[in-house]
Amino acid sequence: MKIPRLLQAVLVLVGVYGGFVLVFDVILEQVIPSSLLNMYMFFVAAGTYMVFTFNEESTEQIVAPIKALVEDPSRKKIRNVVFVVLPLFFGLFTYQQMKPSFEAPLELRTIHPAPPAAVKVFGKRYNLLTLVNPYRKFEKEDPEKFDELVNEGGAVYIKNCQYCHGDKLDGKGPYAQGLNPVPLNFQDVGTIAQLQEAYLFWRISTGGPGLPKEATPWLSAMPVWEDFLTEDEIWKVILFLYDYTGYSPRSWEHE
Amino acid sequence: MRPGFLIKMGGALLVLSLGLLINPVDLPGIDQLGIDAGAAFAADESPAVEEEAVSPYQPAPKLTEKDYPTFLGFNGRVFVWIAAQLHLWFAAFVLAVPIFVFIIEAIGMKTRDKRFDSMAYEFIKVSLTAYSLTAILGGLMAFGLLVFYPHVMGYMTSIFKESMIFYALIFFAESACLYIYYYGWHWLQGPFKKWVHLTIGLLLNAVGTVLMLLANSWLTFMMSPAGIDAAGVFGGDVWVAMHNFLWNPINLHRFVANIAYGGSIIGAYAAFKFLSARTAEEKAHYDWMGYNANFVAIAGLLPLPFAGYYLVAEIYAYSQQMGITLMGGIFAWLFIIQAVLIGTLFLSANYYLWCGLGRSEGGVRYYKYMKYLALAIVAAFLVWFTPHTLVLSNEELKALGGPYHKYLGPLGIMPAKNTAVNIMILVTYLSFLYYRRANKIATVDWVKAGNAAQIALFVMAFANIFFLGIYHGYFTNTVYKVAASIPQVLTTLTVIVISTVIDSFIYKNSKEVAPQRWGRVPPRSQYALFLLAVSFTWLMGLMGYIRSGIRQHWHVMDVFRDNSPDAFTPSLGYATNVISVATIMFMAMVIFVFWLAQISGQKTQTAGFWKE
Repeated sequence: MKIPRLLQAVLVLVGVYGGFVLVFDVILEQVIPSSLLNMYMFFVAAGTYMVFTFNEESTEQIVAPIKALVEDPSRKKIRNVVFVVLPLFFGLFTYQQMKPSFEAPLELRTIHPAPPAAVKVFGKRYNLLTLVNPYRKFEKEDPEKFDELVNEGGAVYIKNCQYCHGDKLDGKGPYAQGLNPVPLNFQDVGTIAQLQEAYLFWRISTGGPGLPKEATPWLSAMPVWEDFLTEDEIWKVILFLYDYTGYSPRSWEHE
Repeated sequence: MRPGFLIKMGGALLVLSLGLLINPVDLPGIDQLGIDAGAAFAADESPAVEEEAVSPYQPAPKLTEKDYPTFLGFNGRVFVWIAAQLHLWFAAFVLAVPIFVFIIEAIGMKTRDKRFDSMAYEFIKVSLTAYSLTAILGGLMAFGLLVFYPHVMGYMTSIFKESMIFYALIFFAESACLYIYYYGWHWLQGPFKKWVHLTIGLLLNAVGTVLMLLANSWLTFMMSPAGIDAAGVFGGDVWVAMHNFLWNPINLHRFVANIAYGGSIIGAYAAFKFLSARTAEEKAHYDWMGYNANFVAIAGLLPLPFAGYYLVAEIYAYSQQMGITLMGGIFAWLFIIQAVLIGTLFLSANYYLWCGLGRSEGGVRYYKYMKYLALAIVAAFLVWFTPHTLVLSNEELKALGGPYHKYLGPLGIMPAKNTAVNIMILVTYLSFLYYRRANKIATVDWVKAGNAAQIALFVMAFANIFFLGIYHGYFTNTVYKVAASIPQVLTTLTVIVISTVIDSFIYKNSKEVAPQRWGRVPPRSQYALFLLAVSFTWLMGLMGYIRSGIRQHWHVMDVFRDNSPDAFTPSLGYATNVISVATIMFMAMVIFVFWLAQISGQKTQTAGFWKE
């Protein structure tokens, strides 16, 4: 038996929706956020509409049952049922969407706010556009010394940072669960892998209180490390972050 | 006016074209650019150094709230914002139309097909009314700036006075060319006269392009100032100020975008005429016109993401702060809206092509492939707009253990976007190939080999784009991540060029399997053309706001601070509302322009009114 076109379209939508939930929520165990799923489904519906209506024959097959439902006198009963059920369904849906809940409102927080052009720390003014890690050059010039610096940076990290950012640098340190926003996961391709070392220097040295206004509401627990670490220690810990994760800092130069 | 200024201005086009050939990695580093670069350039010329000692130029003013006049309770920023945006939309339209009118006229001349000539004439007729609206809105913007931002205009004028006067004077040439081109259309017909007419069309385009380059230099100066010192004192060389870091990237991006935009507005005009047509002939004519306009829009749309990527890469290279504000900071969410709108452009362009398959019975044999194209384009589209930082409920945040998604997060960064957009472009091109083949049957005996070569080409291209996107995008450092986008683009462009060549040979002397019946498309397809025009308009408004907004509280970046009460960056909702209102105003004006074009061809019989 051939499935009617309208039903085919509905099955495609239901199938894709179910597929997303099955793959992400069940198989991969990483839930697909409802905000994203809604956007996905909107455009899946648009694509489905395109495929099912680009030619006249298919469009007629889609429209025919709807037209019959509205116009055919023999379908009066089912029409009345549909005309009652559909508005009720949308009414219920709207009610569910609009009713107050105890859930905190969604936040569009800027995770990586833009850095200022210059920052004043350690009693000096640094131009973030031109600032480079003074130890980065040893990566090529003196690899042994570089390894040593990385190890020193590692020690600084373990003593100070791993409580929140985790011993695997994945943002899952012992204190992480108690913090909101949660500590950053440096293993993610979208965090330090996208940034210049100067940016990390700014973020580490000025911490949560040093964030620009655009990042508010900001409750970051990141300390102002300028008060606890030396400038050298910050540069070394930056070397360690990149070395451990295997990423390279953002740069405009070829190797 | 400095000696040699006019010569330099005349060379602007040449420098633009050469500048575009420069590989971004060959450009000077950040430390050599911006304000320092301006000083450095000025220092290269000894007279400039002397001038600096007794500079006739003032530093950038330090303004207070009182220095920004108020007028009848108008919000100065919103007034200038909307006036500038409306002006820009019309300007983009009137600059673009002569470009493809010139090309269509040339095609008509070569093929001696009168239909092309008539279509080109109708296109330019629509743009003529828009031309005066462009000027009116330009005046409104200029007066708005003078009233609400007199000190900003004073400072800008002190630097760009020559080019501003030059700009005003060029309008005489622009108007002269346009009026002769339009009003002389039917007069300048015939073997020799047609060449004269075409040459005037070329001149019109050259003058229009110079106008755009001049205006672009002012706005890019505000983003990436050059030719001034840290206090904003001008070094005296206006060419250095014009040829600032972001000038050429903006020039390229605007030039390509204008073509796509002009095509989409003309497409909407054709759709409007198609839907209101009463006869089959009229329907056929406007269907054909809409198809050609859509072709222009898509031809402009395909290279546009690359031009945009080049622009943003240059913004990042100029200033990490600006780059992050743009795509990782406060404007990142507008980029998600941008991604959605760009995807909408691709979807509607493809839908229009698929609907067009029905013009010929021969197109039916390709219906079965459209679902696969839809699958590919929707999948690429979903990747294209997936944000890196997700909007999560608290429950979802807890379940994921952080704001990033392990599997969807990597889709939020540029390598995935580049891969997706290349796929979208190739699929759109495939839709076009199917459409092109709809009413034909190849007669060459190597048709199987030709098709196999094309299939191999596409398979290799998809593989290469995925390899470059995944390997270089995620397993190399940033400089290679950015650089990998270039071979991706080249792969896409190569496929388009080679496949077009192969296809044109395969279908040379082809047989027509069924006639192409213009006018036989569903009205739905015409709404796709409207969607294209509205999406383009809204998109330009949003992106224009972002481009301007990344200066944040600076009139001239890092030099001239904006201390007006409106110096704050508006919330996303506020900004999108302003742009949406401006879009509605623009569309209303466009409908007015369409209506004028409609009534200009109508005649009312007035028997008994006039003396016989």
